[in-house]
Amino acid sequence: MDTIEINKGSGDFAKQVEEMSHANLSRCWHCLACSGGCPFVKDMDYLPNAVIRMIQFGLKEKVLKSSTIWLCVGCNTCSMECPNSIDMAAIMDSLRQMAISEHCKIAEPGILSFHNAVVDSIFRHGRTHKLEIMMRYKLSQNDLFSDMDLGLKMLAKRKLDLLPSKVKNKKGIKALFKMSGGIS
Amino acid sequence: MTLIHKELSYFPGCSLATTAKENNASLKSFLEHFDIRVSEIDDWNCCGSSSTHSVNKKLALSLAARNLFLAPENKPLLIACPGCYLRLSLAKIELNDSKEKQKTYEDLFDKPYQRDIQLLHFFELLVQMSNEGLLKGLGGKLKGLKIAPYYGCMLARPPKMNKQKNHYGLIEKTMASLGGEPVQWPFLSTCCGTFLSVSRPEIATALVNRIMQGAVASGAECIVTACAMCHLNLEIRCRPENQLPVFHFSELLSLALEGNGSKGWFKRHLINPESLMEKRGLIPRRA
Repeated sequence: MDTIEINKGSGDFAKQVEEMSHANLSRCWHCLACSGGCPFVKDMDYLPNAVIRMIQFGLKEKVLKSSTIWLCVGCNTCSMECPNSIDMAAIMDSLRQMAISEHCKIAEPGILSFHNAVVDSIFRHGRTHKLEIMMRYKLSQNDLFSDMDLGLKMLAKRKLDLLPSKVKNKKGIKALFKMSGGIS
Repeated sequence: MTLIHKELSYFPGCSLATTAKENNASLKSFLEHFDIRVSEIDDWNCCGSSSTHSVNKKLALSLAARNLFLAPENKPLLIACPGCYLRLSLAKIELNDSKEKQKTYEDLFDKPYQRDIQLLHFFELLVQMSNEGLLKGLGGKLKGLKIAPYYGCMLARPPKMNKQKNHYGLIEKTMASLGGEPVQWPFLSTCCGTFLSVSRPEIATALVNRIMQGAVASGAECIVTACAMCHLNLEIRCRPENQLPVFHFSELLSLALEGNGSKGWFKRHLINPESLMEKRGLIPRRA
C-alpha cells in the first residue's frame, strides 16, 4: 500500500476545491452513501467519496487525472443520498475545470471532446444541434461508422433535424462567450 | 377564482424543439385542453445543457441568465425539460445570492433582474391543476395499461435546492387516476446515462438495458418518462430483446383526453408503440 505523506501544503488543494465549488468537504464522514447510489461507479477508477478523501489528503494530480471526474454526469443522485448535503456534482464540476485549466492529462478525452462539441454548437447557433454535435464528435474520435445505422434510423424517423434551431440574436450569444470564456 | 395561471411563458429547451417535438406538441395539446396558454420566450437560447457547467461554470451561468432576463415580467415561466429546469433554477439561486453578479448581467442585458421570477416545473403545474380539480372526471381512458413510471435523475437535485417540493409518485398518481396501472419496480430513479450515450455508449447501454429489463420483469407494457433525454436514451440504447414502448408523460396525458392524441407523435418513436395502443384501445385498430 502506498504511503501518503501529509505536509503543510496538503490542505491547499482542498481549500481550492471548496472555494470553487462552495461545498464543505469536512462534512464528509465517508459513509459511502454517494458511492452506493452512483450508477457509474463500476466504470470509475476511484469511488466518489474516495475522491473527497484524496482531495483532503492533497492528492491533486491523482484526482485531476482520474476518470471519475469525467464519468460523473452530474445526475445528483449522490446528493440525494448524502446525509450531510455535500454538493458532489459541484465538486466534480470544479475538478473538471481545474483539470482543463491546469492542462492535466485528461483520463476521458472523448468525453471532453463531446462537451466541447456541445459548447461549440451553442456558440454557433445559440442552441444545440444534435446532428452536428454527433458528426463533430465522431470526427474528433476518428470514428464515423459506429452508430451509423442508428443515425440513419433517427434521420428516417425525423428525430435528427438536418438544420439547427437557431437564436436570432447571434451577437448576444457571442457576447456571452466573450465575457465568460469559450471552450477549452 | 382559480389559483393557476392560464397564461404562462414557456421555455421548451433544445430537446423539445428538435429531437422530442412530439413531447412539445403533446404537452401543448394537453395544456390547451384546459385553456392554459403558453408563449415561448422570444429568442430563448440553450440552458447550457450538461456540458457547459462541466467545462465552464461562468458560461453556464451566462447562458441560463440570458433566458431569465428574456422572460417577460409577472408571468410564471413553465420549463418543460427537467434538465433545463435545473440549470435555470441554479442560475436564479446564483444570481439571487450575488448583487455583484446581478449587476453584471443587468448591465449586459440592459434590463433589471427579476429576482422573484417564478420558475415552474411541469410537475408543479400538474399538481396545481390537480388541486383545482381539473384532472377529475377524465375517466379511465388508460384503463388496463400497465405502466412503469420512470423518473431517471429528473427529481434529484443539488443540496441548495433540497428544500423545494419534491414530486416522487406524481406519475403513478396521475396515471392511476386516468385508469392506468402503475407497476412497482426497482429502477424508477436510476439515471439513464445522459450524454455518455454518445461519448461512452457501452456504459449507457448497460444502464439502459438494466432499466428496460427491470421494466419487462415487472410486467409493465410500457415505460413513461417526463424527460426527453431519458426517452431518447431508452429508445436508442435498448437491445431488441428488452424493448418496451416508451411514452413521454405528456403523450399519455394527452391520450387520456378524448380525441386528443395525434398519430404523428408516435410515428417519431424508435420503438413502435402503436400495436400496444391498439390493444388498449388508445387508437383505432387497423383493419
